[in-house]
Amino acid sequence: MKPAQFDYLRPGSLAEAIEALGANPDSKVLAGGQSLIPMMNMRLARPSALVDIGRIDGLAGISANGSLRVGATTRQAEVLADATVQRRWPLITAALRHVGHPATRARGTFGGSIAHAEPAAELPAAMLALDAAFTVHRPGGTRTVAATDFFLGHYTTVLAEDELLGHVDVPALGGSHWAFAEVARRHGDYALTGVAVRLTPDADGVVTDARVALFAVSSRPVRSAAAERLLVGTRVGDAEAATAAGKVALDDIEVAEDSFVSATYRTEATAAIVRRALLEAATNPKGEN
Amino acid sequence: METRQGNVAVEMTVNGEPMVGIAEPRTLLSDFLRHGLGMTGTHVGCEQGVCGACTVLIDGQPARSCLTFAVQAEGCRVDTVEGMAEGGALSDVQEAFRAEHGLQCGFCTPGFLAATEALLAENPDPTDDEIRDYLSGNICRCTGYQGIIAAVRRAAQTRKAASA
Ligand SMILES: Cc1cc2nc3c(=O)[nH]c(=O)nc-3n(C[C@@H](O)[C@H](O)[C@H](O)COP(=O)(O)OP(=O)(O)OC[C@H]3O[C@@H](n4cnc5c(N)ncnc54)[C@H](O)[C@@H]3O)c2cc1C
Ligand code: FES
Ligand code: FES
Repeated sequence: MKPAQFDYLRPGSLAEAIEALGANPDSKVLAGGQSLIPMMNMRLARPSALVDIGRIDGLAGISANGSLRVGATTRQAEVLADATVQRRWPLITAALRHVGHPATRARGTFGGSIAHAEPAAELPAAMLALDAAFTVHRPGGTRTVAATDFFLGHYTTVLAEDELLGHVDVPALGGSHWAFAEVARRHGDYALTGVAVRLTPDADGVVTDARVALFAVSSRPVRSAAAERLLVGTRVGDAEAATAAGKVALDDIEVAEDSFVSATYRTEATAAIVRRALLEAATNPKGEN
Repeated sequence: METRQGNVAVEMTVNGEPMVGIAEPRTLLSDFLRHGLGMTGTHVGCEQGVCGACTVLIDGQPARSCLTFAVQAEGCRVDTVEGMAEGGALSDVQEAFRAEHGLQCGFCTPGFLAATEALLAENPDPTDDEIRDYLSGNICRCTGYQGIIAAVRRAAQTRKAASA
């Protein structure tokens, strides 16, 4: 099918983009188009105008000092190929390998994947596990939103219609253990369940802080408070703790059921991959500082 | 701010030649190439990003032309299957697909050829696993893929030999 008609706006600056979004009710941001255009082709989305942010200077790029900054329109392929990200934030590299295919990653953007808030998407969960912060541009200024506060539900975030995700900041990962695991029907498909893990150890290898971020289990990416609580005080790589954390991971989380799998399947598969990820975290090479 | 409403002229470089065609903002790059420019080598299978038949190169990077509006590619370099053979002689990648039976009906082939060009540009000597991983976004309903993997391997070898 073909998309319905719309006006195409290509702002040259962030300020113009914000103005265009405000002035055109029912408009949408166009970034890589790899989620929006399929929805428009199927007429699941019919925006009256698209604001193409793909050519705004300064909105794309990767920089790393203590922390990592990724501009919203940076292509997923570029982040995946980035040597600094591979060395210092390998959790992001691992997550990106599962996002679509080379041709969708060459156009799809880092920020688009986050703003789209598909519950089965990999990057949002990676952002939760890494305590990322999102800088949002709005009329008259910016605001910063923690990843934990950003995702509200299916394809829904705290972004207002005239707001734009500008860039993402990720604190250093060095010294923490990490792992990423998912179950999908084929490589590159959206996950049926998945998890991103980060464990901060003390000098004796005992977990002092844990992040267990689940995706494709519910209407939005969520941290498992139960699993995180259980892991603090255990040893990194402890098999019993890993099994127990997998079992409680979905306590207090409403598990989704869909045309692919039942809630029971999801719960059991989630327990298995949380366990697997926690064991892998002990052996995955840690990110460098 | 640049604004496009209704029919507008869109310019891009296709297979090295500057081209202008008429497009609405909603015209997909796949339709622009096929209907606007009459270049029907780029095939359209699913029009939702799943099959990869419509894959072309935009500024050297692989892209699904059904998930790109023509206006987004304005001023860009677009390479399609029509630009591969020179003077009627198959390109090295095309020749390898022919030699290894990397196609039967040929519907998926323009997309596979574009993806293969992108793979070899990025990784001139890919392993079988890397080939499979890279081509995982392209679907073929005829060959069973073995011939395609062999073709990519052969193309890589040919290119390596030619540049040695
Ligand atoms: C075949 C196929 C397989 C895929 N598989 C996966 C997968 O396994 N995992 C996965 O996570 N994704 C997958 N995707 C989707 C992924 O490729 C998209 O790139 C991503 O979801 C959206 O990023 P985009 O830049 O393409 O955004 P667009 O499609 O341009 O936009 C998506 C939405 O986000 C909004 N938006 C985008 N950028 C911003 C911004 N900076 N500020 C505010 N709003 C913004 C848009 O308005 C729109 O509503 C797949 C896509 C295809 C076609
Ligand atoms: S036609 Fe574009 S991916 Fe199928
Ligand atoms: S050759 Fe027929 S679909 Fe691939």
